[in-house]
Amino acid sequence: MMGERMDSFIHYASLFLFAAGSFFVITGALGLLRFPDFYTRMHASGVTDTLGADLILWGMILQADGDWLLIAKLLIIMLFLMFTSPVSTHSIAHAAWVGGLNPLLGKDLKHSDIAPDRDETKSAPEAQSADGQHEGGTE
Amino acid sequence: MIMYVAATIAVIVAIVIALARAILGPSLYDRVLAGNAVGTKTILLLGLMGFLTGRPEFLDIALLYALMNFIATIAILKFFGYRTMSPQMRDISSRLRNGHNDGGADG
Amino acid sequence: MVKFLISIAGRFIVLSLALMVIWLLLSGYFDKTTLLVFGVFSALLCAWLTLHMGILDDDSVPLSVMPGIFFYWLWLFIEIGKSNFIVAMQVWSPKMSLSPQMIRVKAHQISDSGKATYANSITLTPGTVSVDLLGEDILIHALTEDLADVSAIEDMGRKVCRVESTMHPNLKTKAKEGGGA
Repeated sequence: MMGERMDSFIHYASLFLFAAGSFFVITGALGLLRFPDFYTRMHASGVTDTLGADLILWGMILQADGDWLLIAKLLIIMLFLMFTSPVSTHSIAHAAWVGGLNPLLGKDLKHSDIAPDRDETKSAPEAQSADGQHEGGTE
Repeated sequence: MIMYVAATIAVIVAIVIALARAILGPSLYDRVLAGNAVGTKTILLLGLMGFLTGRPEFLDIALLYALMNFIATIAILKFFGYRTMSPQMRDISSRLRNGHNDGGADG
Repeated sequence: MVKFLISIAGRFIVLSLALMVIWLLLSGYFDKTTLLVFGVFSALLCAWLTLHMGILDDDSVPLSVMPGIFFYWLWLFIEIGKSNFIVAMQVWSPKMSLSPQMIRVKAHQISDSGKATYANSITLTPGTVSVDLLGEDILIHALTEDLADVSAIEDMGRKVCRVESTMHPNLKTKAKEGGGA
């Protein structure tokens, strides 16, 4: 009797986790489409990477039926996503920043022509922007 | 079963939206970001497909895809940052482009 | 010198054991002798390659696992959940009220791994992304004015400093004077 109750609890909990995870995955994708410029879209893709993926993976863990090899694999995927998604987000953002893409700033979303605190002296790829790096920055 | 189908459909819809962003652009970095987002969703899709078809071996593929997605993003950015895959080659290729290759082409 | 060699040997053993455990978990074979031998062999090969490349140091194989970092992760999960809701609300509201900001915060962490943990934690919470690391400063792009909360971000930095000081006790004094600012 007890086991049956537990089973239905796990079932409904994973149902909820799948629903919430799907919601956040869609939210991230929609933000990627709706937000006005590259730097704001970056935040939207973070929603999918963190909460959306984690909730769906937790739902799968509850559905794994106690098969601990599956649970270990899912946990490794989750841990790996947690470590790599900020690194790749940061490196895309840094590449855009060094490549001369200026963010929209302030409430009225004005294009700042020269971004604040940009370090002109360092960064090797900056020197390259003279010969054909501009397709990213001008549009 | 129905929840796997629902979650799979949600992930596929999200992939389509992210692909729209990859096509619309406008900048190179938007496309790379959208590609990275599609990769993350593909990991989820692979796991869900494994559960949907009752073949959890798909999780191994999902794990491998998680590794490759990260490396692919870094490699693409490195390529567009330096215009070559190895930064050491940069000096050589720029010298060749500027015609300063000290007669190396003759030998 | 002897101490250095002992620490290298310790790291080598820890890394090999960790790789063997990961191999067992991912393969799922526990009773096939040939496969187990090859697993042990590949783990030792990878550990030897790490040693040969000279990247077997405190950043790649930390020897002391401190309980503090698990509490920090738990706290970080809650923060991620909270800021996810703010960003999700912006996505679904018909009229977005974004006001992106660029802010700078100081990173007082001593070790490179501490700085990386701080920058990655900032990026991992949606709404703030670390764009550049200029010496001691981290340049952050934030989605709205509420999310560009310098005091909350510096609070996170102090937590990272505290975890770091339990990890590297010999750096403790410097971490303290940096973390208090």
